[in-house]
Amino acid sequence: MDVEDIEIELFIRAMQRRHGYDFNDYAPASLKRRVQQLVRTHDAGTISELNRRLLHEDGFVTRVIEGLSVPVSEMFRDPPVFRTLRDKVLPVLASYPEINIWQAGCAHGQEVYSLAILLEEAGLYDRARIYATDFNDAALHVAAEGIYATRDARDWSRNYIEGGGQKSFSDYYSARYDFIKLDQRLRRNVTFFNHNLVTDDVFCEAHLILCRNVLIYFNNTLQDHTLALFRKSLVRGGFLCLGTRENIDFSPAAASFADIDAGLRIYQASATNPRPLTR
Amino acid sequence: MSARTAIALGCSAGGLAALQRLLPALDHRLSVPIVLCCHTGSADVSLLVELLARVSSLPVVEAAERAPADPGVIHVAPSGYHLLVEPNAHFSLSVDARVTYARPSIDVLFETAADAWQDGLVAVLMTGANSDGAHGLKAVRQAGGYAIVQDPDSAESDVMPRAGLEIAGADARLPLDQIAQRLNELCIP
Ligand SMILES: C[S@@+](CC[C@H](N)C(=O)[O-])C[C@H]1O[C@@H](n2cnc3c(N)ncnc32)[C@H](O)[C@@H]1O
Repeated sequence: MDVEDIEIELFIRAMQRRHGYDFNDYAPASLKRRVQQLVRTHDAGTISELNRRLLHEDGFVTRVIEGLSVPVSEMFRDPPVFRTLRDKVLPVLASYPEINIWQAGCAHGQEVYSLAILLEEAGLYDRARIYATDFNDAALHVAAEGIYATRDARDWSRNYIEGGGQKSFSDYYSARYDFIKLDQRLRRNVTFFNHNLVTDDVFCEAHLILCRNVLIYFNNTLQDHTLALFRKSLVRGGFLCLGTRENIDFSPAAASFADIDAGLRIYQASATNPRPLTR
Repeated sequence: MSARTAIALGCSAGGLAALQRLLPALDHRLSVPIVLCCHTGSADVSLLVELLARVSSLPVVEAAERAPADPGVIHVAPSGYHLLVEPNAHFSLSVDARVTYARPSIDVLFETAADAWQDGLVAVLMTGANSDGAHGLKAVRQAGGYAIVQDPDSAESDVMPRAGLEIAGADARLPLDQIAQRLNELCIP
């Protein structure tokens, strides 16, 4: 067996036994690349050296999580998704007195603010609560601040318009030098907190769950587990929105979701009794 | 030597034209999985898939997350995502940072394909105006795979094949018109 593969096994074991993070069911190829990346950023030389620091050095695990989580995101990513949420999903959500939204794997928060804007423009935001979760505390901190590089704002403005935005994207932020800061009023109904999709359980009854570009890092077992978790959290008829490239065809949990727009990966928890979804 | 078991192709600027000449010359009996990373710059890879399907006798599809790398099928990396081959020869995707300014990156595809298929892999690096793929090609050779680099003089843009030769070397440096035939020889027992 390849030495590096053995070292990765030990890495996974150290993360689990010493720190309670379970990476066993991540897709191995991409996990391996990220661990190799960690070796470079920390100038560790080998994965074994990472493992040593992971076991002995206080606080090092935080930096490892930051390195493994790569919170890449953008606002209104895949604009047709936001257009469809606006046109087909929000009108249904409007019938609920309170709207709970779970944004899982929120990374640096770009999607949270995109959602808040969407809800605001639909006149629903004051009835809504967005639970924005990730297992990377540093990412959550950035998300809560809502400060991003100005150079991204032009792309995001185009996305916003393509996604059916009704105003000007610049109405939602103030620009300063190289940075934009999102209007903090958009955060008024957002709760940011740490939640690990592998180890933590359901915490709310959600009407809409967004989890995009997270499942792609998981293997089949963990994707199934996560989809089952989402099904458990969703109210009957609640909506699930995955990334456009996520493929749930292989998952048994897919049976308990009906397509709203299969191409855009927007689903609705079937109103009929779902079959029991245990791992 | 036994036949190779998978093919990975990488190209960038000039890639569409090169592929339109290469794919028709692939033997329709090829029964190994073929994976392709071609930088298109567009947000949607379906047009590329369609154009390639028109000239190819083998089916061309967009590589789907979690799907197996099917034999005799050309799988194209979606735009905006890295395409990775997992150890069980299924695909996964990632939106991790760009590698050498590219996502999808040929390096990522080649490195993971080398891990998955080891010495069964044949990798081909073709025309392109950047250096993506060179390190991936090196990984392919280190794993015992066979590396083909398009002869830079026959490439619309020679930067990528030159970088490949410089960083990884090659088992074969071939003009575009001879690449398909070599693949047929290597992969059809
Ligand atoms: C690529 S980002 C996706 C950001 C955003 N949803 C988007 O699509 O633009 C993936 C995020 O998933 C988070 N993540 C990965 N594994 C997780 C887990 N087990 N529990 C919670 N979050 C996780 C990472 O920390 C990272 O922020």
